[in-house]
Amino acid sequence: MHIMEGFLPVGHAVGWFAASAPFVAVGAVRMKRILQERPEARLNLAAAGAFAFVLSALKMPSVTGSCSHPTGTGLGAIIFGPSVMAVLGTIILLFQALLLAHGGLTTLGANVFSMAIAGPWASYAIWKLLRGAGASIAIAVFFAAALGDLATYATTAAQLALAYPDAESGFAGSLIKFGGIFAVTQIPLAIAEGLLTVVVMNALSGRAGQADEITVLSGEAR
Amino acid sequence: MSTRSRNIWLLAAAAAIIAAPLLIPGLGGEFKGSDDRGTEAIAEARPGFEPWFKPLWKPPSDEVEAGLFALQAAIGAGFLGYILGRRASKKNVADR
Repeated sequence: MHIMEGFLPVGHAVGWFAASAPFVAVGAVRMKRILQERPEARLNLAAAGAFAFVLSALKMPSVTGSCSHPTGTGLGAIIFGPSVMAVLGTIILLFQALLLAHGGLTTLGANVFSMAIAGPWASYAIWKLLRGAGASIAIAVFFAAALGDLATYATTAAQLALAYPDAESGFAGSLIKFGGIFAVTQIPLAIAEGLLTVVVMNALSGRAGQADEITVLSGEAR
Repeated sequence: MSTRSRNIWLLAAAAAIIAAPLLIPGLGGEFKGSDDRGTEAIAEARPGFEPWFKPLWKPPSDEVEAGLFALQAAIGAGFLGYILGRRASKKNVADR
């Protein structure tokens, strides 16, 4: 999902920065409040960040013959809400842009939007929707994490299609092309990420299946 | 099914999904990064395209890059393991 350094036209790069900035700012305020008001949630917040840190470093093979990496942002989005993941995701993407030449500073705004905003918000929405519909915690965590991962890659494909529409088929044709590269490759990885997220959620809470486990993790209940 | 055996099955399923493209003949290919393939697709669509900004620093070799990716994973896994271990030991004390 990383758009490489210098690969977005200047106008697009600036636009994605403008779109991402408010989410990151709100996330920073929210994160500060969580750290101040719920000290018992501190370690869980660190765990959510660490999970995303590991998963976004692991490049895995996919059935399309490409490699790609999961995002790991669903776990934190489910426990703490999507805003804090904007901050944690930005830290990860900065690390990768500066030390790994993966992604970039000019494309940071766009990459933050796909991995740290679109993915976590999709995860959170699916989590709420499925829990509201009466799905079990494990099922809701699985779909939230897997579809959030996919949403990140679909966003990347859309960003590139917007920047590089096909000469003949326009945005739609280009979206299919980039979607084939990013989103299709991602499907098996997203399923694996969903399964892993269920396991880590179990391990973190140690009380699988209890309705209040997530609010305990976020420090909202004890 | 106990939580432990469910976790083992979930982990095994995740491992199988990741290993399948490597093991099943006919699947797979070069296994290049999808990020690089995206970059190539841009170069194909826009011949002569030059990125307008270069990374400030690039790992000097693939080995150094792989090492830094491993470092990223190690930092994350280290923290996560510490937190999970702490949680488990606390629970054990409470159970006694």
